[in-house]
Amino acid sequence: MTAKKNKDSKDNEQAILEVIEQYPREEASLIMILQEVQDRLNWLPPEAMEMVAKELNLSLAKVRGVATFYKAFSLKPRGEKLIKVCLGTACHVRGASMLVEELERELKVKAGEGVTEDGKFSVETVNCVGACAMAPAVVVGENYYANVTPGNLSGMLKKERAS
Amino acid sequence: MSLKLQKFASLDAFCDFANRIAKTSDGKSREIRVCCGPGCLARGSKQIHEELVKEIDSHSAELKKAGLELNVTLSEKCTGCHGLCEAGPVVTIEPEETFYVHVKPENAKEIVEKTLIGGEEIKKLLYKLDDSKGGECAHKYSDIPFYALQHRIALRNVGVVDPLDFDDWISHGGMQGFLKSLAMKPEEVIDEVDRSGLRGRGGAGFPTGRKWKSALKAKEKAGTDRVWIICNGDEGDPGAFMDRAIMEGDPYSVIEGMMIGAYALGATEGYIYVRHEYPLAVRHLEKAIETLTTAGLLGEDILGTGMNFTLKISRGGGAFVCGESSALMRSLEGKVGEPRAKYVRSVEKGLHDEPTVLNNVESFTCVPMILSKGADHFASLGSSTSKGTKAFSLVGKVKNTGLIEVPMGRTLQEIIFDIGGGIQNDRPFKAVQTGGPSGGCLPAKKLDLPVDFDSLSKAGAMMGSGGMIVMDDHTCMVDVAKYFIKFLIGESCGKCVPCREGLRQVYDLLDKITRGEGEMGDLDKIDRLCHTMEVASLCALGKSAPYPVTSTIKYFRDEYEAHIVDKMCPAGVCKDLISYEINDNCTGCVVCARHCPVDAISGEKQKLHVIDEEKCISCGICMSVCKFDAVDIKSGGIIVSRTEPVAIS
Repeated sequence: MTAKKNKDSKDNEQAILEVIEQYPREEASLIMILQEVQDRLNWLPPEAMEMVAKELNLSLAKVRGVATFYKAFSLKPRGEKLIKVCLGTACHVRGASMLVEELERELKVKAGEGVTEDGKFSVETVNCVGACAMAPAVVVGENYYANVTPGNLSGMLKKERAS
Repeated sequence: MSLKLQKFASLDAFCDFANRIAKTSDGKSREIRVCCGPGCLARGSKQIHEELVKEIDSHSAELKKAGLELNVTLSEKCTGCHGLCEAGPVVTIEPEETFYVHVKPENAKEIVEKTLIGGEEIKKLLYKLDDSKGGECAHKYSDIPFYALQHRIALRNVGVVDPLDFDDWISHGGMQGFLKSLAMKPEEVIDEVDRSGLRGRGGAGFPTGRKWKSALKAKEKAGTDRVWIICNGDEGDPGAFMDRAIMEGDPYSVIEGMMIGAYALGATEGYIYVRHEYPLAVRHLEKAIETLTTAGLLGEDILGTGMNFTLKISRGGGAFVCGESSALMRSLEGKVGEPRAKYVRSVEKGLHDEPTVLNNVESFTCVPMILSKGADHFASLGSSTSKGTKAFSLVGKVKNTGLIEVPMGRTLQEIIFDIGGGIQNDRPFKAVQTGGPSGGCLPAKKLDLPVDFDSLSKAGAMMGSGGMIVMDDHTCMVDVAKYFIKFLIGESCGKCVPCREGLRQVYDLLDKITRGEGEMGDLDKIDRLCHTMEVASLCALGKSAPYPVTSTIKYFRDEYEAHIVDKMCPAGVCKDLISYEINDNCTGCVVCARHCPVDAISGEKQKLHVIDEEKCISCGICMSVCKFDAVDIKSGGIIVSRTEPVAIS
């Protein structure tokens, strides 16, 4: 188990270094580096932020400051699939907040916090995915679901669980 | 079909190429366009495209024969958003202007056989006109009121060109604006933009030409050669997706606008700041930059003219406040996106404290047209103080949801009822929200208002970036105000107290009201808090944050009072003030009982069901699964909502 853990963290380190290599080592690259690190690891573990700080010669406080300021970054592990419920105005007036509550209940996980027991899903709310004509919209990975209602959410989950 | 891309070493070489492939309207090229905007993609337009390609392939001999007779060539492509998302997936055929709606992959065969080869329309796929117009089908998209009343400048190529095909874009007039500007002196270019009357499409409406002029002055004053050009693609207003559609559907034109700006200002470097939530826009822009660089239109010594301009994309981090110019620039520097006070203007000290011009996606996209068609053409459209056209996302409870562009000065009535087709399910119109979280809600009596920068501001709303969210009688205005304040709490950077703390206090008061615990004095408290935020916040986010609240109190005071005095929510939205009840329509199909997550519904098969109010958590599932309109929402002892607010597709 420890051996595996060590291997994982070695892999992570390698991945982080690869990302950093692609950018000039300056503050202006920070957000883009963090984004790509997150794309690879699915979240931003503390060690990743420490490494980025060291490599860019920035204080950890600065890196964490940026990582906590922007919504795109997750400082907690996320599920295999991220369910984004759009809470844009168009989705709101067509009942999106009901979807968040239903998902939280159904999956027993709070939006923006934690992962389902099987590690499959995390739920997040987003301010607007720009798919207003499909309101209310839910995005899972690259799949957009249009006109979602509390009643047809379970169908969506079934489909996503299977794939 | 695309020619192999080469580097154009000179202006002449490029002009030759552009002239050679320019689309001629001799009707000899036939095109089938599959909408791959977000709405249509979600409904399977990629599969439709694949099927069409297959069918065209397998019918190639017949198509060739049919084509030979008519002497036409056929091409098929995926395009950006056609606009009428409600009817998606949409497929159009040019030059006939045939407009097929709700297309399914299995329709591909008949589209090829009947329409492309046989030349006949497939009636079931045509758009049905409103019953009031005889319930006929539209034979062309220009027959559809949604399109007939529009005028497209910023969206000219969206839904027309293949966003990844450089040749296609050039053949539709791409680069003509840039070529025109190269023949002019830089100052003349700025004058032309100034004369067009173009005002910033991101929301503030600052004249673009004037901004460019001040940047030029700032450059001289600072004695520097450096000036940055930034395109703001951080479309953060919820309910707005015009910029997304442009970046995804016509990325080359955004860049062309920036190139014209770079030429006019002598800028050598630029950024496009794209919202984190728009990965497809990033991909399309990246591809466009790569192609333009290969073609020698970006980079060093562009077309042998000596002009240098490189462009980079920066993905935003998902912070609404970064749509604010000074915060956006901090974000580009890799910092936390906090705005700064505006006594130093960003045209003088912007990115890296150097002169910077920041314009919105739509503004940049208008610039090539201003150059190629002339400032006078642009200025001839629109109203006296707001020139040209404006793109809007028309969404919410309107029939024709989608993307539109109209000359400034059209009334709300025309936009919502003539283009938008009115309210879904023919319910009464209640309000329209414009300008995002900085905007306001306007009631029915303001429907005659012309939509331009100044008229909207005067009415207490705002043009904003162009989101227009239509609301019906099932939208609670107190809830909407609370929604925007909650949104802004999450997005306030926290640097200044009036915004950070004011928002929280206003939220608590609104929440109290929606829970039925409000008192009349709360409205005065809200009013005072809003006033403080308006005058004392550091940036526009905080200053304009109260508008959704003040405008709803101004126009919908009775609804606030209903919550406070009668403890009821007339729209049937606020959870603590409503209950669900099953009416006589119930057939006893047990679907609702089966779906209820808390087993609050009891009843036998084929007998009227009953909801146990004690157990019910008002999740709304029963209502959304009921096929017989048998679930009502009650508030204050009256039935306030009878039909399911969302159409299930």
